[in-house]
Amino acid sequence: MIELILFIIVAAVAIFGALTVVFARNPVYGAMGLMMTLFSLAVFYVVHLAHLVAAVQVIVYAGAVMTLFLFVIMMIGVDRDEDNTEKLPMQRQFVGALGLVIVLVAGIAAVGGRFDWVRPAASTVEANGTVQEVGKLLFTEWILPFEATSLLLIIAAAGAIALAYFGPRRRDREDA
Amino acid sequence: MTDFIWLVVALPAAGAVYLHFFGKRAGEPASGWIASVLMSGAFVYALLAAVPFFQGTGHAESVVLWSWMPAIGAEFAIRWDPLSSLMTLVVTGVGTLIHFYAIGYMHGDPRFSRFFTYMNLFATGMLTLVLADNFAMLFLGWEAVGLCSYLLISFWYTKPSAAAAGKKAFIVNRIGDFGFMIALMIILTQFGTLSFDVLEDPHLGLSTGLATAVGLLMLVGAAGKSAQIPLYVWLPDAMEGPTPVSALIHAATMVTAGVYLVARNAAIYEMAPIAATTVATVGALTALWAATIAIAQKDIKAVLAYSTVSQLGYMFIGVGSTAYVAGMFHFMTHAFFKALLFLGAGSVIHAMSDEQNMDKMGGLAKHMPVTAATMGIATLAIAGVPPLAGFWSKDEILGAAFNQGGWMVVLWAIGLVTAGITAFYMTRQFVMVFLGKPRWDEGIHPHESPRTMTVPLMMLAGLTILGGFINTPFRTGLERYLEPSFETVDGAIHMAHPADGSTAWILAGVAVLAGLIGIYLAYRLYAGPEDRRRRVLGRFARPIFAWENAYWVDRFYGKTIVLPGKSVANWAAFKFDLGFIDGIVNGVAGAVKRLGATIRPLQTGFVRNYGVMLAAGSVGLLIWFLSRGGL
Amino acid sequence: MEVTAGWYMTLAAVLFLIGAGGMLIRRNALMMFMSIELMLNSVNLTFIAAGKELGSLDGQLAVFFVLVVAAAEVVVGLAIIVSVFQSRSSASADELSELRG
Repeated sequence: MIELILFIIVAAVAIFGALTVVFARNPVYGAMGLMMTLFSLAVFYVVHLAHLVAAVQVIVYAGAVMTLFLFVIMMIGVDRDEDNTEKLPMQRQFVGALGLVIVLVAGIAAVGGRFDWVRPAASTVEANGTVQEVGKLLFTEWILPFEATSLLLIIAAAGAIALAYFGPRRRDREDA
Repeated sequence: MTDFIWLVVALPAAGAVYLHFFGKRAGEPASGWIASVLMSGAFVYALLAAVPFFQGTGHAESVVLWSWMPAIGAEFAIRWDPLSSLMTLVVTGVGTLIHFYAIGYMHGDPRFSRFFTYMNLFATGMLTLVLADNFAMLFLGWEAVGLCSYLLISFWYTKPSAAAAGKKAFIVNRIGDFGFMIALMIILTQFGTLSFDVLEDPHLGLSTGLATAVGLLMLVGAAGKSAQIPLYVWLPDAMEGPTPVSALIHAATMVTAGVYLVARNAAIYEMAPIAATTVATVGALTALWAATIAIAQKDIKAVLAYSTVSQLGYMFIGVGSTAYVAGMFHFMTHAFFKALLFLGAGSVIHAMSDEQNMDKMGGLAKHMPVTAATMGIATLAIAGVPPLAGFWSKDEILGAAFNQGGWMVVLWAIGLVTAGITAFYMTRQFVMVFLGKPRWDEGIHPHESPRTMTVPLMMLAGLTILGGFINTPFRTGLERYLEPSFETVDGAIHMAHPADGSTAWILAGVAVLAGLIGIYLAYRLYAGPEDRRRRVLGRFARPIFAWENAYWVDRFYGKTIVLPGKSVANWAAFKFDLGFIDGIVNGVAGAVKRLGATIRPLQTGFVRNYGVMLAAGSVGLLIWFLSRGGL
Repeated sequence: MEVTAGWYMTLAAVLFLIGAGGMLIRRNALMMFMSIELMLNSVNLTFIAAGKELGSLDGQLAVFFVLVVAAAEVVVGLAIIVSVFQSRSSASADELSELRG
């Protein structure tokens, strides 16, 4: 019962945050809404015994990544309300229609009893996502993807530096 | 010795490769010497390797160099047997002399080293042809000599007539190759292999009908390469090439490939007497046909060209009447005296500052004694005067044909008439060039040619005098030499022999008489007073007009074959290709262009539009998957 | 009433749809980017829920990798946005339509 109440409250918060992202006129509000959703998801992670992932979610995502977002928002000076009128013809109607179709299809599938996609647990063993357990797996079975992502991060960092350093303004300055 | 027999092919090949890349640097005359020395190396090696055959102790051997196409029995292998060794010896021997001669003849040509590249390349191809151990390799050499012939005929390609002659030779040879290729395909389908082993016992795979077909198709190929009716037209034009080329390729070696082909396939022709008789008949007709044309030619090389065609016809009479030894014998002696004639003609042309019209020569004997003497010997040899080489071989062919009886006697008669005509036109040539009063153009100072040219002339003259003695009726050396090559599993291939006893004496006497009559008439006519000549020639004006124009065969081919071919090509190029093929291509391109223009607005450049499309596609896929799962 | 995995899946689907809609509706490149983050996170939720259901840690590890990739993507994406902004003084995705056919 507690779980149900918790789910309803947290889910409501997550959806509210998500809707804020979509409809907020001010990007800063949008960022805040996204942060709310991320926190809500962290709560769900804890419920699912994914302690490490929940912690990383809060620290890296809600902390570092969102800070980066806010930082960019401030830097490029879009911390003001923007014009939300749609200029592409039929864009919103089309999106709405697509959403409707998806809901309809999902509804039909649900009525047809086809939402049995996650099978009941094959074993009753609890997967406890402690640092120790996750770390053990990460450095044994998943070592190759792990190393690959480290490479990806370095490349991304180098790419970001290159974009900032050799970007258009740089070139303008050299021309001048 | 035979283990390294590949050296015979490899030496000229190495020369061709080396001269191709470094010939310019070697320059003149070094590149000529390189090519000549390599050729003589090949000759010496071939001579040493042939010693067992001379002693009668050798036997045919196949030396496999590497595996080429084993599935169809075509290894890269060399066959060293008496027949191929004889061909090799003549090709390398005469070839060496001509190479040395060319050093002098090609003096000062800007493409001196390139000429020797081609010459060595030709020698490589020719030796591949004669040393091949299977039909595939033989065909390889066959095509290689065709290519080199083309390159060398149009060696002075800036001359339009030379370029055209090269193309003509190539195309006419293509027609012959077509027949040859079909013959090879029949052999391949019937035996499943292209190895010469099939010749050991052709009964295993061929019915008489198929053997006849193969024999006739091979005759088509041989007629192309050896300039027989109806494919001889390229050879006279081939005289556009430098004279050493005419001597080497179009007199001594390449054109005899057809004779070699027939001799090599003797086992098949034995199964197909109709094909063999056709070979002999074609040869006889060609011999007479070309000899008559030669009577009226004014160009010194044209006379020799038609004479070559005619003599090749003799060889075809020989091999066609199953007198293979006689055919090969005539090939050999002909290589000697015809090479000598061509080289002598080259010497004359050289001395007359590239004048080839015999009407503007005369009286050269005083100025060019060596050339005149050697050419005189060759003229007597081709006229069949004993004891020179031409007499023995021609007599053997005619004797063998006569001895066959039946239809062959008709061919013997044609050959006899041709012998007389041959003596006539050769004497006419000799008289017009070397005797009488000079009729030169202004400013020409004839002089004897340099040593590199006269020494080969003298050596060939020696061979012309002595070459006939290797196979006389009294001492059949060549026959014993070649006999092992004409043995099959069943035993020896049937070979025609000249008559012996008194018949032989009578036949020889008749042949010599024909030759002497020809010589006498020509001498009387052309060395005699001018007004009599004019009167006599005037009486034969009509045939002479036909002979001068070579029976208008070129014009006939031009109207019946070349012109329709050109109009078909025109239609294909400007109607079919431009209209239909290009129409398809342009139509496809236009359709794509129109389609692109139609769907171009889809690419709005707005990333969100793309996003909507992506989302729509995903939803479509979702619905599809669900519906497949029975939504 | 028990909260089953299906509930979480439904929630994830709703979040994903909202993210996708935001991605298609917002013109500001930054907001589009945030919508993408939203979609990524909704998928993460399904991984966690499914992992719990199956008693496996692999779901959590997948989330871990998605996080890393998302971080890398944010770094590069933001750098691109800054770069575009510097040359055009605008962060609107509609202005970048040079690839119109």
